[in-house]
Amino acid sequence: MSRALKIILIVVLFFLYLPIILLIAGSFNTGTDLAVFKEFTFSNYGALFRDRTLIPLLLNSLIVAVLSSVIATALGTAAALGIRSFGKRFRSAVMTVTNIPMTNPDIVTGVSLSLLFVLGGKLFDRSNVLGFTTLLLAHITFNLPYTILSVMPRVTNMDPSLREAAMDLGCTPVQAFFKVVIHEILPGIVSGLLIAFTMSLDDFVISYFVYGPSFATLPIEIYSYTKKPLPPKIYALFTLLFAMLLAVLIVMNIVSGRADKRPRRSNITQLVFRRKDVEKT
Amino acid sequence: MKKTLLTICAAVALLAFVPFLAFETAAAKPAVINVYNWGQYISDGSDGLLDVNAAFTEATGIEVNYSTYESNESLYTKLKTGGSSYDVIIPSDYMIARLISEGMLQKLNYDNIPNYASIGESFKNTLYDPNNEYSVPYFWGTVGIIYNTRYVDTVTSWDALWDERYSGKILMFDNPRDAFAAAELALGIDVNTEDESDLRAAAELLAAQKPLVQSYVMDQVFDQMERAEAWIAPYYAGDFITMHRENPDLAFCFPEEGFNLYIDAMCIPTSSTNKEAAEAYINFMCSFEAAAANAAYTGYGSPVNGVAESLELTEYERGIAYPSDEILSKGVAYLTLSKEATQIMDSLWLDVRTDASTTSWVTYAVATAAVVIIAAVYLAYRSNKKRKRAAKRRADADGAR
Repeated sequence: MSRALKIILIVVLFFLYLPIILLIAGSFNTGTDLAVFKEFTFSNYGALFRDRTLIPLLLNSLIVAVLSSVIATALGTAAALGIRSFGKRFRSAVMTVTNIPMTNPDIVTGVSLSLLFVLGGKLFDRSNVLGFTTLLLAHITFNLPYTILSVMPRVTNMDPSLREAAMDLGCTPVQAFFKVVIHEILPGIVSGLLIAFTMSLDDFVISYFVYGPSFATLPIEIYSYTKKPLPPKIYALFTLLFAMLLAVLIVMNIVSGRADKRPRRSNITQLVFRRKDVEKT
Repeated sequence: MKKTLLTICAAVALLAFVPFLAFETAAAKPAVINVYNWGQYISDGSDGLLDVNAAFTEATGIEVNYSTYESNESLYTKLKTGGSSYDVIIPSDYMIARLISEGMLQKLNYDNIPNYASIGESFKNTLYDPNNEYSVPYFWGTVGIIYNTRYVDTVTSWDALWDERYSGKILMFDNPRDAFAAAELALGIDVNTEDESDLRAAAELLAAQKPLVQSYVMDQVFDQMERAEAWIAPYYAGDFITMHRENPDLAFCFPEEGFNLYIDAMCIPTSSTNKEAAEAYINFMCSFEAAAANAAYTGYGSPVNGVAESLELTEYERGIAYPSDEILSKGVAYLTLSKEATQIMDSLWLDVRTDASTTSWVTYAVATAAVVIIAAVYLAYRSNKKRKRAAKRRADADGAR
């Protein structure tokens, strides 16, 4: 039985990664045809870096991904802290409300955001609202629930007396946040940031509805490559993107691994917990 | 806490106004135009050719925001949705007719486009813009039949796509308009027919072809034909030249019944805010250098006089990319179909592609079976677990006693 399961696992993993392996192989191939491997080459990467359309668009994608993930994480952390201070019933209601956009189909989010932006443009008598800012706002919007979701468990697990203790010892609330609270919830913030970054980098559907003439992202340009067969420099580009996301994932695992190894509670909390344990018994 | 919450609320509220403020600063900058073109439809500086947009900025000082779309329909949606103003767009003939009829294009001032004089006479006074008021041709092309001379006898007619000898080696267009046009031409019906019985006849012919067709494709045609995995396929003449350079066994045929001749032309939509700069761009695109670079890059037919002669093409390739007037006279343009006719065509096409009668109940049966199996496995797992737990409880009870 367990051997059969192992074989199934290997087959599943094989099919999961086959397309990506094929793509990476294609990026080192001299021909355009994925089925025939002619010769090993780096020339596709050279062609990619000389390309004056794709590289700026890749930078656009990265700018939007970095900005939207940072802003969404900041907002998400603030939201998580705020939600915690509510009563239990209200808290779960708010969490449901913030989770709904995550399950909402991308196409619905995209169309409704574009309608909202266009309406806003009409109200302010601007015919050209779609562009960098609408794209950024849309990305922040769809990233927000993910960051709240990843910060929330850290916040709820945090001992509230920590913040109180810091303030007893003379911290202002802001100092207490930056000196104590943020260190306790940092792993949640980092993983939220990375999830938001990857979500933003690979989004196509929502971006497709809110991009404007002055600013587009990489996936939108590639989607319109239908006139000619895909040039192999695109494979090189995809390989780089895949490597980049892989690096992000590895960093994420290292960070969360370290967080688990580190003694999670500072000395004060340990004392508090011990006292609680004593009381229980 | 309340204070921070307030600050955050204020920040979010401010953020919502950013797009409207941002536009104000963008508008203050002089001369930027927004160009919306097909993907891979302009020479971008690769292969040692001219980077046309950069050359335009250098020549005129006008900056270009360049973005791309993948079909006439998505261009139309983007224009209709609003929220973005484009200065130059490049739709195909039938879409231009539709945009004109809906009042979405501005009349051009041809005084600002002196290079219009070098556009070939056969591309003026077209069906979609009979008085040359709204558009300047960018590229034109034809649809014909590409076939592999090793396996297929000389093709002269659309009937070849229904030839049973090539069963399983035929490719077909994966879009309703081109597929219906092939069937209609084979039947001798007008490609712009809106008559329901004509459309049904064409759909029947397409359904009859289905068992012979290997697959319905668009740009996968390149790989399939170059590798000789398919032997015969209808496609664009400009793309045939790309394929022919990879596989010299391929040949092209202008079917005797007629074929689609299309023109993509530059227009200025009503939302444009910078018409003169847009006209300067259109003028630049008609200049010999820009047109020659674009034609060399894309392989499609340039309407600008003298470009055809300047390209490095073999005699055979030239005959296909720039056919004689005698052949061109058989070309027919697509016109906009009425909404009703388009709907009928789309639903008939869906029937052809999905073969509703047989596949659907098989799919439903498989889906139902899957649900039943999953439910059964889950129930078995649960009862198993319950039994185990009960056994454990009994054992514990025994142990305690």
